[in-house]
Amino acid sequence: MSSVLYDTPGPRAKRRNLLYSVVFLLLLALLLWWVWGVLSDKGQLDWVKWSPFFTQSLSWTTYLLPGLGNTLKAAALSMVIALPLGAFFGIARLSDHRWVRVPAAVVVEFFRAIPVLLLMVFANQLYSESTDISSDSRPLYAVVTGLVLYNASVLAEVVRAGILALPKGQTEAAQAIGLRKGQTMVSILLPQAVTTMLPAIVSQLVVIVKDTALGGAILGFPELLDARKTLAANYANVIPSFIIVALVFIVLNLLLTTLASWLEGRLRRSKRSTGAVLGADAVTELNAVGEAQDALPRPPRTGKVP
Amino acid sequence: MFDFLEGYDVLGAFWTTVQLTFFAAIGSLIWGTILAGMRVSPVPLMRAFGTVYVNVFRNIPLTVIIVFTSLGLADVFGVTMGVPSDFKALAFRLAVLGLIVYTSAFVCESLRAGINTVPVGQAEAARAIGLSFTQVLTLIVLPQAFRTVIGPLANVLIALTKNTTVAAAIGVGEAALLMKEMIENEAQLLLISLVFALGFVVLTLPTGLILGWLGKRLAVKR
Repeated sequence: MSSVLYDTPGPRAKRRNLLYSVVFLLLLALLLWWVWGVLSDKGQLDWVKWSPFFTQSLSWTTYLLPGLGNTLKAAALSMVIALPLGAFFGIARLSDHRWVRVPAAVVVEFFRAIPVLLLMVFANQLYSESTDISSDSRPLYAVVTGLVLYNASVLAEVVRAGILALPKGQTEAAQAIGLRKGQTMVSILLPQAVTTMLPAIVSQLVVIVKDTALGGAILGFPELLDARKTLAANYANVIPSFIIVALVFIVLNLLLTTLASWLEGRLRRSKRSTGAVLGADAVTELNAVGEAQDALPRPPRTGKVP
Repeated sequence: MFDFLEGYDVLGAFWTTVQLTFFAAIGSLIWGTILAGMRVSPVPLMRAFGTVYVNVFRNIPLTVIIVFTSLGLADVFGVTMGVPSDFKALAFRLAVLGLIVYTSAFVCESLRAGINTVPVGQAEAARAIGLSFTQVLTLIVLPQAFRTVIGPLANVLIALTKNTTVAAAIGVGEAALLMKEMIENEAQLLLISLVFALGFVVLTLPTGLILGWLGKRLAVKR
């Protein structure tokens, strides 16, 4: 493979690359050898510690799958509740009236600037002090509340960016046929923006799934990471259980990422859309505060690639 | 009204947050740059390593990584990070390590996106005057790439500042842990939470504004 940074390697470069490969491989092997040594010293490589995952379905059905189920439940609930809230605030930020626009902006920027853990801890304490939600289901409520507050504000930015990414002609044409502002938003802009935003929304799901683990570590929400703890306490398999849980997270999130980029590519190629797409990379930027303007997509490229 | 602050070291907790952010930022900038170099290098094995690293650590929750540094690295592998008997310092250093491992994947991706914005002609011209791959990367491409990605890197830094709260999971005494302790012991839930929330707004907002401004000023105009 040739790249911008280097030519197709000639005989000398090939020999040099081979040398680098060998040195790098040796370093990796050294590291692996150390890890392997420690693990076999501590007995973490014994089949007894691994067999629960491969031969007994018990470790999956009693620990990991319910944990994964709770992870997915919290993530799905948060997304479903956060989407309409985010749409509300995103549209409010685009309002022509200052008294609507400014408060919405303050709320969105405030919740985006705060770590999601703070919101979860706050919600947990709030529910324990002033509601009678049972202590069993309180972590779920707290985790979902924290995730909703944070992600609604991120999604508000996604919605705003999605609407701003649409070509100006859409609004102008709607106004030309006499639609009011509300009608333009509801029947022209929002339906198109939803397709534009789809990849970004799916990518945000990855962030949500990863953040549910916080609830497990701090609030005792019985999700995948928390399930690992009980599992490892039973089988004394710290390292194998971590590896399996990490793998589950990686596979789940890679699937979501693949879905997001598939959607992105499909929308970019589609002839019926306006060509404006809010990609997955916009999401990483929108999860931070301050420079929201940079994340807003530029007008769609027309063939010429720099 | 603010007498609940007595007896708690709120500023100290936020100082720990700042320290976590600082050390993790330096570490992940260095490791992330090395990773980005690997991802664009002509050696296939290094490229593969970079790709696998990024895809693995971007998709594992930070919480899992940080908890692993304590239960896995410290307890099973016996990693002491140079402080064998000081548990507080050990937790702090493990948290920094976990944050570096996670954040550098994002730094690497931002940098790689920046490298892609450097025009082909720059690298071609550099090769034409006989520079090697390392020289092309460090003298020509990376300096331009860094200037382009100040904005995205600022976003990574802000996300990192917020992510330091995850260190509470292994008992590092930073802001989130102190807040949890305070709202459980004191009666002023709303006020305490507001103090901590504002603390983070104060930490993250200037970072975004200053670096965003800097990024616009230093961006290579094309």
